[in-house]
Amino acid sequence: MGYVLIVGAKSDMAKAVAREYAKNGYDIYLAARDTEMLKPLAKDIAIRTECNVQLLALDILDFESHQNWYAEIEEKPAGVVCAVGYLGEQTAAQEDFPEAKKIIDTNYTGIVSLFNVIANDFERRKEGFIVGISSVAGERGRKSNYIYGSAKAAFTAYLSGLRNRLYASGVQVLTVKPGFVATRMTAHMDLPKHLTAAPEEVAKDIFRAQQKGKDILYTKWMWRWVMLVIRSIPEFQFKKMSI
Amino acid sequence: MKIESWGRYPKVFGTVHRFDNEKTLHSIVSEQKALIAYGNGRSYGDSALNDNIVHTRPYDCLLAFDETEGLLHVQAGVLLSEILDVIVPKGWFLKVTPGTKLITVGGAIASDVHGKNHHVEGCFSESVKSFRIMLANGEVVTCSREKTPELWRATCGGMGLTGIILEATLSLKKINSQYIEQTTIKTKNLRETFEAFESYAHMPYSVAWIDCLAADSERGRCLLMAGDFKDDGDLDYHHKTQKSIPFNFPDFALNNWSVKAFNRLYYSKVKERVSYQIVDIDTFFYPLDAIGHWNRIYGKQGFTQYQFILPKETSYEGLDEILAAIAESGKGSFLAVLKLYGKENANYLSFPMEGYSLALDFKIEKGLFKLLDRLDTIVVKYGGRIYLTKDVRVSKEVFEQGYPQIEMFRKYRKEQGMDRKFQSLQSKRVGI
Ligand SMILES: Cc1cc2nc3c(=O)[nH]c(=O)nc-3n(C[C@H](O)[C@H](O)[C@H](O)COP(=O)(O)OP(=O)(O)OC[C@H]3O[C@@H](n4cnc5c(N)ncnc54)[C@H](O)[C@@H]3O)c2cc1C
Ligand SMILES: NC(=O)c1ccc[n+]([C@@H]2O[C@H](COP(=O)([O-])OP(=O)(O)OC[C@H]3O[C@@H](n4cnc5c(N)ncnc54)[C@H](OP(=O)(O)O)[C@@H]3O)[C@@H](O)[C@H]2O)c1
Repeated sequence: MGYVLIVGAKSDMAKAVAREYAKNGYDIYLAARDTEMLKPLAKDIAIRTECNVQLLALDILDFESHQNWYAEIEEKPAGVVCAVGYLGEQTAAQEDFPEAKKIIDTNYTGIVSLFNVIANDFERRKEGFIVGISSVAGERGRKSNYIYGSAKAAFTAYLSGLRNRLYASGVQVLTVKPGFVATRMTAHMDLPKHLTAAPEEVAKDIFRAQQKGKDILYTKWMWRWVMLVIRSIPEFQFKKMSI
Repeated sequence: MKIESWGRYPKVFGTVHRFDNEKTLHSIVSEQKALIAYGNGRSYGDSALNDNIVHTRPYDCLLAFDETEGLLHVQAGVLLSEILDVIVPKGWFLKVTPGTKLITVGGAIASDVHGKNHHVEGCFSESVKSFRIMLANGEVVTCSREKTPELWRATCGGMGLTGIILEATLSLKKINSQYIEQTTIKTKNLRETFEAFESYAHMPYSVAWIDCLAADSERGRCLLMAGDFKDDGDLDYHHKTQKSIPFNFPDFALNNWSVKAFNRLYYSKVKERVSYQIVDIDTFFYPLDAIGHWNRIYGKQGFTQYQFILPKETSYEGLDEILAAIAESGKGSFLAVLKLYGKENANYLSFPMEGYSLALDFKIEKGLFKLLDRLDTIVVKYGGRIYLTKDVRVSKEVFEQGYPQIEMFRKYRKEQGMDRKFQSLQSKRVGI
């Protein structure tokens, strides 16, 4: 079945996704900045599933490196899942452009740089799947996180265009829009239980949606309807609200 | 964030700290004043609760599995269920497992849990070769029975009060089947129940379900289940799909009548005095795990489990008196589990001692704690003790009388600066 490349592999969501693909017979590339930290997970997956796991060092902000980095991977992946993201500090990002830039580059520019390279390969091979973890935060700008949200919005639009382009070559592009997920990113927040997914739930949803050839996935499912409501609030009303 | 354990009482608002490597944990431990480890929250009371908790579940990697020797090295946040998925198909099982597989290895060590085979294999710590733990000063040490006996005795059963357990190496038990041959013995009263335990003591696994509302001459009647693994070579173990209780049951759902009817049904379903069944691992060891969130049947206020143990010499008399007190109070217990235990180990706060233990579930309601206080006096009178991992209300005095090594535990904690760094609501209540 080949390798699935998991980018941002240290995240809780990525860890669960990696285990899910391994359980279903795929070999796994785990990519992150610090591969030392990935060693326990690599052992874990190998013990649980007896599949092959390889570690790759990658910084999504090191744009120039991406072309060569991908070229050096010997057995090219059958699919890629990107869980890289950076929530950042909204207020800091308002005051201090480097923080805003880091949010934009981590959630958008860096992934575009990497996905361009991978997309070209998949297009040439006429096979493969590309899964991008975006966010419901990209569907409407809110004062509490609109720098992050706008980067995710750009990423969502990018994935939509990429899907349109690669359709002809039979390459699948899946946009994942999680609502709340209980991970390190949200550990300090008091999230509403019924709207919050465990990373393992998200991983199962992603695997299922990808295997079925879906285009867009909301997880948990009710976020599709929550966002429908939020999107339909008129702007003159929305601007006064605090949500 | 709202934090609760399995009993859903009390509910606490606190800060949750997470780590996925030792460095992060080190900064949490050095920065925070007092904290307590929280595994999978399957303890019933306030052992894992405080304003500052360290969530260990994400620290859940399997690190090495020696399939020939049956040795497994894991991070402490991994669940027993995840371990079983890997080891059963290879012909291995846990030497000691409690009645739920949804607990972490860290929680199993900290409560020094036991299973239906305590009389043969002892507590969970007996299956642990060594563990790594972060102490109050942030130092990580590898602890074994031989090299660091004091730390071992304080940590196994020490309810998270010596540090954060990071990794453990477990020694496993060889099996040749995923099936268990079970014998069910139906008894008519407490005397018969005791006799049945004694005569099936040669079986590695045994436990009894007691109908604790049966009064007078029928008091103490039970279904005793004893068993052992089959030898048929079938190791094709799969998860069963879980049913789940989707919402809190309203208060009236669990009144005396429904408990009584449930007990009647359960007990009367079995017709013969002795019967034989072949059951799988999940049915035999983890019947309650088949229903997710079953704690919701007790409603919003939550529930507690009262588990005590009495020395063998006083068990009969003591149990008889306690069952009488419960029947008289009319407070129903959905589940009452009786078990005969083997010799106690040297750990300062491990619960098991040679004798009989009874565990009863009660909904939190007015008058309950008064009844439990009354049961406490009987337990103390007969030289027994209360299981901390189930407890949410025992007094310092009652607790102390059950655990003769408590002063050594206190002294050790003080010497090592653990008493100020690791605290739970329970440790503050019972003064440890
Ligand atoms: C249905 C059911 C059946 C049960 N059956 C049995 C049984 O048969 N026998 C039995 O002995 N118990 C039984 N239990 C109790 C359960 O096994 C224990 O409470 C166990 O400790 C829960 O583990 P946990 O991972 O959920 O830990 P938690 O409930 O989160 O914590 C329990 C204790 O362990 C400490 N702890 C957790 N992780 C660590 C760590 N990494 N380092 C240091 N301390 C830590 C906590 O501070 C706390 O004091 C049962 C519970 C349920 C719900
Ligand atoms: N949690 C939620 O509620 C939620 C909701 C919607 C969407 N999402 C999205 O879901 C994805 C996974 O997030 P998570 O919740 O699991 O949070 P997370 O743990 O913070 O994951 C983010 C990951 O991105 C990696 N990363 C950051 N900067 C990087 C860089 N320069 N180069 C390479 N990797 C980098 C991080 O690596 P390090 O570990 O090395 O820092 C981390 O593994 C993210 O895209 C996030 O935006 C999350």
